Amino acid sequence: MSAPPAGQPGPGGQPGPGGAATVPLRTSGNPPGSVDASGSAGSSGSAGGPARPGWHPAVLFTPARLRQLGVLLLVGVLAAIVTGPTGNSDKPLQAAKDSIADVRIVLYLGLAVALWVVLVLGAELRGALERVSAPVRAPIGAAYGRRGGPIVLNLVLLAIAIVAPLVVSTAAQQSMVNDIGIYALLALGLNVVVGYAGLLDLGYIAFFAIGAYTTAYFTSQTAMPWHAPFVLNPFFVFPIALVLAALAGVILGAPTLRLRGDYLAIVTLGFGEIIHLVANNADNITNGARGAFGVPHLSIDLLGIDYKWGIDPLPYYYLLVVIVVGVMIAFGRLERSRIGRSWAAIREDEIAAEATGVATLRMKLLAFAIGASVSGFAGVLFASKQFFNPQSFSLQASFFVVAVVIFGGMGSRLGVVVGAVVLQGLAFYLRDKVPPADRYIYFGAVIVIMMIFRPQGLVPSRRRRREIQLAEEGIGAADSLGVAPTGGQQ
Amino acid sequence: MSRAGAHRSGVPGARRPRADETVPGELVVEARDLALRFGGVTSLDGVSLRQRRGEILAVIGPNGAGKTSLFNCLTGAYRPQQGSVTFWPQADRPTELVGRRPHAITRLGVARTFQNIRLFPALSALENVQIGTEVRQRYGPVGAILGLPHARRAERDGVRQALSLLDLVGLSHRTHELAASLPYGEQRRLEIARALGTGPSLLLLDEPAAGTNPAEKRDLAGLITRIAGTGVSVLLIEHDMRLVMSVATSVVVLNFGRVIAHGTPGEVQRDPAVIEAYLGVADDTGGDADGADVPAGPGAATRKDVR
Repeated sequence: MSAPPAGQPGPGGQPGPGGAATVPLRTSGNPPGSVDASGSAGSSGSAGGPARPGWHPAVLFTPARLRQLGVLLLVGVLAAIVTGPTGNSDKPLQAAKDSIADVRIVLYLGLAVALWVVLVLGAELRGALERVSAPVRAPIGAAYGRRGGPIVLNLVLLAIAIVAPLVVSTAAQQSMVNDIGIYALLALGLNVVVGYAGLLDLGYIAFFAIGAYTTAYFTSQTAMPWHAPFVLNPFFVFPIALVLAALAGVILGAPTLRLRGDYLAIVTLGFGEIIHLVANNADNITNGARGAFGVPHLSIDLLGIDYKWGIDPLPYYYLLVVIVVGVMIAFGRLERSRIGRSWAAIREDEIAAEATGVATLRMKLLAFAIGASVSGFAGVLFASKQFFNPQSFSLQASFFVVAVVIFGGMGSRLGVVVGAVVLQGLAFYLRDKVPPADRYIYFGAVIVIMMIFRPQGLVPSRRRRREIQLAEEGIGAADSLGVAPTGGQQ
Repeated sequence: MSRAGAHRSGVPGARRPRADETVPGELVVEARDLALRFGGVTSLDGVSLRQRRGEILAVIGPNGAGKTSLFNCLTGAYRPQQGSVTFWPQADRPTELVGRRPHAITRLGVARTFQNIRLFPALSALENVQIGTEVRQRYGPVGAILGLPHARRAERDGVRQALSLLDLVGLSHRTHELAASLPYGEQRRLEIARALGTGPSLLLLDEPAAGTNPAEKRDLAGLITRIAGTGVSVLLIEHDMRLVMSVATSVVVLNFGRVIAHGTPGEVQRDPAVIEAYLGVADDTGGDADGADVPAGPGAATRKDVR
């Protein structure tokens, strides 16, 4: 199972010098925490016994590695119990017993061990791989340049995004629109607030609701009891919803953005709940918990182009792809501008930013408004598919967007979109597999594992990764969501 | 923030605001009778000072004398309970700085560095200075997203200015390195470049030589003189007496939140009040470690009690 010989870098492994070279390579390539442990264990092993030159299995059993194995085994046991038979209140422990006595546990523990081996060997091999591939990667990296980044990778991802819906079921297509697409958009907006400006907004979905209800108000006479005296094409509602949501962001932000970290989170949480409860209870205005019915589909009749979006999810999907890509490009430019730099400055040291002339309050407000407007925009798209109800605007939805952003990688545009794909993909996969109430257990597990092994997110932004590194070394304060950036004023 | 309008205790400080005839030029800043208290602790007690264009004014005094508090009042980080800070007091429309937010004061032309370096650690040296140079840029999110001409031009100008400032402080070779990865002395200089980026007419340096080696101190003295030569007034907190004596055109001495002396470096050195309160008996030249600025003596003992 652990197969020590496989750990030797096969390709570059001359017996003597090649093997010896892997030790310093390994020690330099590993994360700081495990470097000392693996290095010392390796050297003591080779010094004490007649070990083969260079590599010793003892390196697998350092405390850090064993702890990793322990965590994985524990997760395996939990997974076995969670996926096992459901218990009942008469015999509360019966289910756990059945799960653990089942063949299931062997499967999960085996998976855990296999995963551990992959992780360990992966770490062992990564150094060798990087060394082998360095001469190839250097010119490629130079060719792409710093800013252009991996253009080819982006194009490949875009191609996958375009082709993917064609090979899946209609239900999956539906989910790609309603869940992945909309949440990718939401996450991109929240990323401006959380990832760029470092503010924790837990009521973000409220702006989404504002966008959705604005759409229902303007585009239909029947969707809600409260409606505009005229009917607008949904496309005209985009700018209205954008402005209204941004306005709501400013109104919420102006008094609260003076607050730091946790306090801001609580205030926004309250705001989200207020909007949700109003939507849910104002029967005479929003139609209450029944939600809005019959919001018209998007349609365009302009400059000779006449097109109606309908039941088919595909056109919506491609519209969303266009919007998401557009927003990604736009926010990329924003991040590299004076405004993005101001946000980075606020995130890293608010007092220094202020002393350098950054109007911190205004820039935070701007981030808030931009994030909110994207959310409102997404709300229009969400609403213009005939039906929605306040359940979509619950606290859970807000948390889910935050989870997507953190999971994908704060501050990384590609990351948050990937985060939406993975988390919503998981939700879709679990839809028929587990009871709905259990779904969040899996989300929780995935996110906990993620935070243990990759706290910077799936596809971290370069800036953010540097900040996290520095925070681990005790420099700077960007180790969390910009909570209490600095101590006293000095 | 302390309560404003709390009643003032104690007598006005023994200040001697002399108009300094030896330095010509217009007044850049005039602080009058500043008082700052934190609960029962009086940090500034009737401090007044004035500085002329191009002048290098050093603020010295034992630890806890109120030097950094004075800086914080001038830059808006603290709001003094009493007193005023006037920017360009002889201009047609002098500007009152007390009550403005720090970023607004920076935009008016008062920049600062910090005693404990406060760079943006995960940004490159260039980006750090760029943030300073972008203070006066006006383009907004739409310009940035659409890449409108005026936004691009502003962006280019900012980079160009930042590069020339990096050159001025001798950090051209570090342009794309992370601020946190620079050696200590270079971080100090980068902070000065960032402050200069905001286009100040008054630059406040809070112990710029702390923790630097003798060669770096010489460079720093040259840099400060060059900066002042461009017409920027430099207000300097520094413990290194050799540096102060070599660059400062005049010196203000603070002790217990009061100005106890004001004059040219030579005059201040001979002032008995200063010798008693600060210089003590030992020769203090060249001390740069944290405690080295406090010579053994009666002044040092009382100061420790206060802390």
